[in-house]
Amino acid sequence: MLRRLREVTDPVTFSFDGCPVTAERGDTLAAALLAGGIDTIRHSVVGDQPRAPYCLMGVCFECLVTVDGVQNRQSCLMEVRDGMVVASQRGGRQVLQGNR
Amino acid sequence: MTSSPLEMVVIGGGLVGSTLAWGLARAGLQTTVLDGADLDPRASRANFALVWVQGKGVGKPAYALWSKASAERWPQLAAALLEDTGIDVSLNQNGGFSFALDPLELETWQAEMQDIVRETNGRAAPFEVLSGAETRDRLPFVGPDVVGSIYSPLDGHVNALRLFRALHMGMKKRNVDYRAGYPIERIEPVRDGFRLTGPKGTLVAQRIVLAAGLDNNRLAEMVGLHAPMKRSKGQILVTEKCAPFFDYTSATMRQTDEGGVMIGDSEETHTAAHATNQDISAVLANRAVRTFPVLGDLNIVRSWTGQRVKPLDGLPIYEQSAAHPGAFIAVCHSGVTLAANHALVVAPQIAAGALSHGLAAFGSQRFHASQTA
Repeated sequence: MLRRLREVTDPVTFSFDGCPVTAERGDTLAAALLAGGIDTIRHSVVGDQPRAPYCLMGVCFECLVTVDGVQNRQSCLMEVRDGMVVASQRGGRQVLQGNR
Repeated sequence: MTSSPLEMVVIGGGLVGSTLAWGLARAGLQTTVLDGADLDPRASRANFALVWVQGKGVGKPAYALWSKASAERWPQLAAALLEDTGIDVSLNQNGGFSFALDPLELETWQAEMQDIVRETNGRAAPFEVLSGAETRDRLPFVGPDVVGSIYSPLDGHVNALRLFRALHMGMKKRNVDYRAGYPIERIEPVRDGFRLTGPKGTLVAQRIVLAAGLDNNRLAEMVGLHAPMKRSKGQILVTEKCAPFFDYTSATMRQTDEGGVMIGDSEETHTAAHATNQDISAVLANRAVRTFPVLGDLNIVRSWTGQRVKPLDGLPIYEQSAAHPGAFIAVCHSGVTLAANHALVVAPQIAAGALSHGLAAFGSQRFHASQTA
């Protein structure tokens, strides 16, 4: 489990699978999730194994979450915002949503 | 050096070399594979993983039938690999579509398919020509820009990564001596076989198979064979993994068993550079999205290029050197499609010491004939 080196001074609040999480403004979403004590953010597409952010620099694609309804966002490459609605993922991205 | 000569050495450990080595080991030969370096231009690590027959062999009926035979043999290869290694290479032969974006394209393909049928006396793989509406009836997510398609039921694809792994595991299981990073600079015919020299040392082999992809061009001449190659760079885009939506395949776009969509089929003939070309990526992506508009929302997560192993006339080359018997060559563009033939037909023939007359159309003498004509 990770913990913050410094107390949060300028908080923002977002939700992960419906639960409120507080983070420091300016955090990446991946860092905010990890600091919020969330260690499984999705299950892998092929093996259905638990996954968490890994490289934190946009390369490994492990940190994918659904953000405000958009699937497969790389949480390490986006800044956390107040009111963000973040959801874990299981299985592959649906391509046919909204097309049928 | 006093060690006794190796029984059979395959030079090249890519798809063609691994497939042949596994087949040779299955035929009972003590086989050694000398593979190149990691940074060599390795078509096997860039390929599109199609088992593809459609449109192949216009004006070359032997090639059309050879490709068809391999596609028909593929289930047997997949089963043998599964039995040997426990790896399922995810062979899917639900058929393949070529999606036309203008009527002329469709007409041209249809004419070519009809030529192949005629030239093979009707023995070519079957196909259907579908209108745009008929295509969308079968595949509801095909976009309005598609004016028609060719469908052939024999086409398919595999998981290329698992195929490569299965071949390597199969080789290991059958005691193939696989040596990575073992380039060969020189081959000299000697009394008891062939002396192979490279930076790692010198070996003597009773018999050899040249399966070194583009490097066959250089190696073939050392044993009286010829493998003139043409430059052909391909580029591939890969999307994020997504839920299944296309359970067939096409020459330009396929969804892998694990969900990612591969988009490809570009060809550049003027460059040996490894870098991807953004203009070509744009053309590939544009065509794919016009075919399947649902792709427009997907992220591209990978892009790579590879140099195809393409003999000058596009056909495979299989031959045993007349000047230096015991030296064979196997080089082709379609290492996946033809893998079943290589493992189950060519390898046993090489093991037995002679290629059949059926393979005569693929001898390298044809390049002499075309040069003097």
